[in-house]
Amino acid sequence: MGEKILMKGNEALAEGAVLAGCRFFSGYPITPQNEVPEYMSWRLPEAGGTFIQAESEVSAINMLYGAAATGIRTMTSSSSPGISLKQEGISYCAGADLPIFFANVVRGGPGLGNIAASQGDYNQSVKGGGHGDYHTIVLAPNSVDEMGNFPKKCYELAEKYRMPAMILADGILGQMMEPVEFKFQPVDPANLKKPDWSLGNAAGRKKRIVRSYDLREGELEKMNWARAKKFQEIEDREVQFEEKNINDAQLVLVAYGTSSRIAAAAMKMARDKGIKVGLFRPITLWPFPKKQLAKLAQRVKNFLVVEMSQGQFVDDVRLAIGGTAQVDLYARPAGIPSGEEVFAVVEKLYQSIKPAKAVKKVEKVKPAKKAKSPKKAKPTRKLKPVKKKTVKIKTAKKATRKGGRR
Amino acid sequence: MELVNKKPSGLVDVKMHYCPGCGHGIVHRLIAEVMDELGIRERTVGIAPVGCAVFADDYFNCDMIQGPHGRGPAIATGIKRSQPDCIVFSYQGDGDLASIGMAETIHSAARSENITIIFINNAIYGMTGGQMAPTTLLGQPASTCPTGRDAKVNGYPIKVCELLAQLEGARYLERTSVSSAQGVIKTKRAVKKAFQNQVEGKGFSLVEILSMCPTNWGMNSLQGVKFVDEKMMPIYPLGVFRSTEQEGGQR
Repeated sequence: MGEKILMKGNEALAEGAVLAGCRFFSGYPITPQNEVPEYMSWRLPEAGGTFIQAESEVSAINMLYGAAATGIRTMTSSSSPGISLKQEGISYCAGADLPIFFANVVRGGPGLGNIAASQGDYNQSVKGGGHGDYHTIVLAPNSVDEMGNFPKKCYELAEKYRMPAMILADGILGQMMEPVEFKFQPVDPANLKKPDWSLGNAAGRKKRIVRSYDLREGELEKMNWARAKKFQEIEDREVQFEEKNINDAQLVLVAYGTSSRIAAAAMKMARDKGIKVGLFRPITLWPFPKKQLAKLAQRVKNFLVVEMSQGQFVDDVRLAIGGTAQVDLYARPAGIPSGEEVFAVVEKLYQSIKPAKAVKKVEKVKPAKKAKSPKKAKPTRKLKPVKKKTVKIKTAKKATRKGGRR
Repeated sequence: MELVNKKPSGLVDVKMHYCPGCGHGIVHRLIAEVMDELGIRERTVGIAPVGCAVFADDYFNCDMIQGPHGRGPAIATGIKRSQPDCIVFSYQGDGDLASIGMAETIHSAARSENITIIFINNAIYGMTGGQMAPTTLLGQPASTCPTGRDAKVNGYPIKVCELLAQLEGARYLERTSVSSAQGVIKTKRAVKKAFQNQVEGKGFSLVEILSMCPTNWGMNSLQGVKFVDEKMMPIYPLGVFRSTEQEGGQR
């Protein structure tokens, strides 16, 4: 703690998990996350834990299911195709209310795709991933430092709410080297409380069952409603995000993970030229910072989403903003944009929003509904339901946190 | 009056859902008796499969976990490696173990995980209603091969013990049957050995038990027993395929 170490993202991720008390890892090789199992293969035995190279991703996640059921901190990691294979097991963990932690170091897809960075697994990560009605807590680091510090957050959230939590990284974050400072005391698993549902050593107590099914009439629905309530709680309490240069911004870039680093570079170029650009970066992708974005959209009327996918993340941004502002998209599906490239888009867009200033004056006279006039009709096509949503946002205001939790 | 033949403490006192003439209930009881005899019930974790025995998590009076179809040996690996003091058994049917879960079966044996697998071979998918299993006999009808299993279309039955016997990590493999009183006694001996091996840290043990499924075979209970003896046994001969004495020993 307190010391900066130069590390590869994947290694920081593995070390961060071990320092956070992980004592079981099962995984299967796949690029670009191979450094994680490689690191774990010597580091975990050193820490008195277990590393297993499984025969498949399917087996790896089920080993995790078994190990997590005994109440210890576990981890698996993979990259896109491997995560797809793990989704059935993750769904079982969600159904059995097991806190597991896993990381997806995303590569290009669909199919075998390529081994470069991508954000194509956004929807899979934030909408549940496997079969059934559930969510996974999704944290999106944008630096090696966060790769090393987020596993602990994941364990704490996963255990608090008894559900899977994941880190959504990508090939760049996994492969690049940066200084990392582990900003927490190493967790000694012996000091962690054994949960009251964990299996093994039943002496003096009744048997316990870990399972994801309930065939009794109506019981599964009850269970799912209980989970829905829990998910709502998480959406209310656990949102994390980061804002930069928001106060005077006319245009706000919205991006997560690697894209947010690129967007930040574009923002700097813009600011150097006096262009008032800000950056909004969700750290938790689920729960999504809906209220925070909606609040921001009450003032800022132009957003540009930058994502390394076809336009998955932008859907959630638009849902959050609810048509009260213009949301444009710069997408590079399985491509990696440069700062200059994004800056060029920003510059062009910024020019086009200047007339919006005039509209803005109108907006002051009239209520916000007419403010979203700019050319691009797509996101603002349906105006009527929007009014209702604006009302909703107002009621939700109370719960809105002022700053990010970072 | 003293109750001489009581229910073993390893079984919960509930009604089982198994059909008349089914072998699962017998094997459940044998496992429960073995847990009592070895004094391991409180540190045992059992794994219920997907299939007819999915509800075994309600029947065994020890910690239980129910997992995805065929993944019992992987789950067992996770539990055993993180809690080596626990006794872990995976209870699986033929579709679970020899079809969808074959990779997990072979690799847990190859790693010689110190676990116990109880494998019920009744040559059919029971829970889903009588579809062809990897162990369905040639000529045996099933709902997905109504005119009988045809080698040209469906391939040949998989002989799990013979297959696993090739692996050094498979320490104890025995095939028994519960189609007769004698068979039940022998099965109990094998089940006990498979658990005892784990207690002694000897590595991967699997008992394949030929069992009856009169419901999905379209037979009565008596015909079911006959089917095991006359049709299954010639294809799946009983016996020990690998024993801890053979080689290896302590893991």
